Amino acid sequence: MTALPPTAQDQAGFVVELEQFSGPLDLLLHLIHEDEVDITDLPIAKIADQFLAVINELGLNQAADYLEMAARLLRIKAQMLLPRHLGDDEWEDPRAELVRRLLEYQQIRELVEWLGAAAARRAEQFGRGFSPELPVAPPPPLVIDLNDLLAAAERVIALIPEPVLHRVVPRPLDVEGATERIQALLAERATFGWGDVVGERPTIVDVLSAFIALLELAKRGALHVHQEGPFALIQIRRESPREAH
Amino acid sequence: MSPLAKLIEAALFASARPLTVEELLTLDPPAGTAAVRAALAELRDAFATGDHGVELIEIAQGWQFLSRREYAEAIDRAQFALRPRRLSPAALETLAIIAYRQPVGRLEVDEIRGVDSGAVIEKLSERGLVEIVTRGEGLGRPLLYGTTPQFLEILGLKDLDELPRLEELSVALRPPAPAEPE
Repeated sequence: MTALPPTAQDQAGFVVELEQFSGPLDLLLHLIHEDEVDITDLPIAKIADQFLAVINELGLNQAADYLEMAARLLRIKAQMLLPRHLGDDEWEDPRAELVRRLLEYQQIRELVEWLGAAAARRAEQFGRGFSPELPVAPPPPLVIDLNDLLAAAERVIALIPEPVLHRVVPRPLDVEGATERIQALLAERATFGWGDVVGERPTIVDVLSAFIALLELAKRGALHVHQEGPFALIQIRRESPREAH
Repeated sequence: MSPLAKLIEAALFASARPLTVEELLTLDPPAGTAAVRAALAELRDAFATGDHGVELIEIAQGWQFLSRREYAEAIDRAQFALRPRRLSPAALETLAIIAYRQPVGRLEVDEIRGVDSGAVIEKLSERGLVEIVTRGEGLGRPLLYGTTPQFLEILGLKDLDELPRLEELSVALRPPAPAEPE
C-alpha cells in the first residue's frame, strides 16, 4: 500500500481522486491480483474484509462509491453463508453480478493501458500548431478597451471619499485657571454674564475650560447659572446661602 | 512530384490540423478523389524515402505532416512545441468506455467504472475529446456521448477501427465459469 499524501485524509468525506485507485472496482481488482485468487471464484469473505480494512485505512470510508461497494460485498458475503442443497439447480451464485462487473472493468483497465500507450506514442510527434490540450476557453464576460477600463476605474476611484485629515495639537483645557477666574468674579460681583467669564475673542479652549469650570462650580453650589431661552445670554449669580468653597 | 501533390503539400503545410481527402479535394474539385489519394500516396512516399524531418501521417480520418519521432526530445527540450497534457487514469477509463460503447449515456459509464463520472465527462468534453451525439430513449432522454476526431488525433489513430478488438484483449468478457458441483 503506497502512502497517501496527508491531504487525502485531512479532507474528510471529500475524496476526489486517489493516486492509486480510480474507484472501488479498481481497488477490488487490486486486492484480487494481490491475493492471486481466481476472479471467477472469489473468496468473498476474505476480499470483503480486506476491502473494509483498506477503505478504513485510506480514509475512504466516507466516500459514497466505496461505501456502496462495501455494502454490496457484505451482502454477497451473507448470501454465501445461506445453506443450500447439493446439486440445487435453482441456486444462483450471488457473486455472479459482481464478477461480471469486475471482468468488464478489468477489460476497461486493459484498454486504458492501450490508450495511454497510444497517446504517449502520438505525443512523440509534433504537428504544426498542434496543441490539443488547450480547452475551448469560455467567452470573456465582457469586451472592453483600455479607455473604457480606465474610465471605469476613475469612476470607482471618484466614489472613494477623500480621507479627512486632522491635525492634532495638544491644547490642554485649563479648567483650573477658569475656576480661579470665576471665583475671583464671584468675590467681586453678585451677578455677571458669560462674556465676563471668557472675555473678548475667546479661543475654543477658553470657552470649553470656562464652561466646564462653570458647570463644576454650579454643581458644587457656588453659583447659579440661568438662561432666559435658547441662545440667550447666560447669567451667572452668586449662590447666596453658602459661601463658594 | 505531380502538381496536385505539390498543391496538397502546401495545403497540409498551412493547416494546423489533419485534412481529410474530401477537404483536400476542394483545392481542385475536377481532379477527383482517386487523384487526391494517389497524390497523397506520392507525397507520403516522397517524404518517407527522402531525407526529411517530417513525415506524412494518416490520422483522425485525414492527413497531417508530423515531426519524426526521433526529434521529439530535442523539440521538447527547446520548448518549441507543447506536448499534450497526459490524461489521468480516470479520463482514460471514461474515454475507453465511451469509445467502445458509443453512443453511451453517463449512467452506463458510472456503472461500468463504479464511480460518478460526470465531472470527468465534462472535462473530456471541454477538451473536445468527446461530444454529445444524440439523446437516448427512455426516462429523461439522457444525453449520449461519442468520441470526436480530436480523440483519434491525440491517440494517433486513423479511425475507430484501429482500436483493439475486445476479443483480442487478454480478458475477454465472458460469463463466470459454472460452479463445480460439490
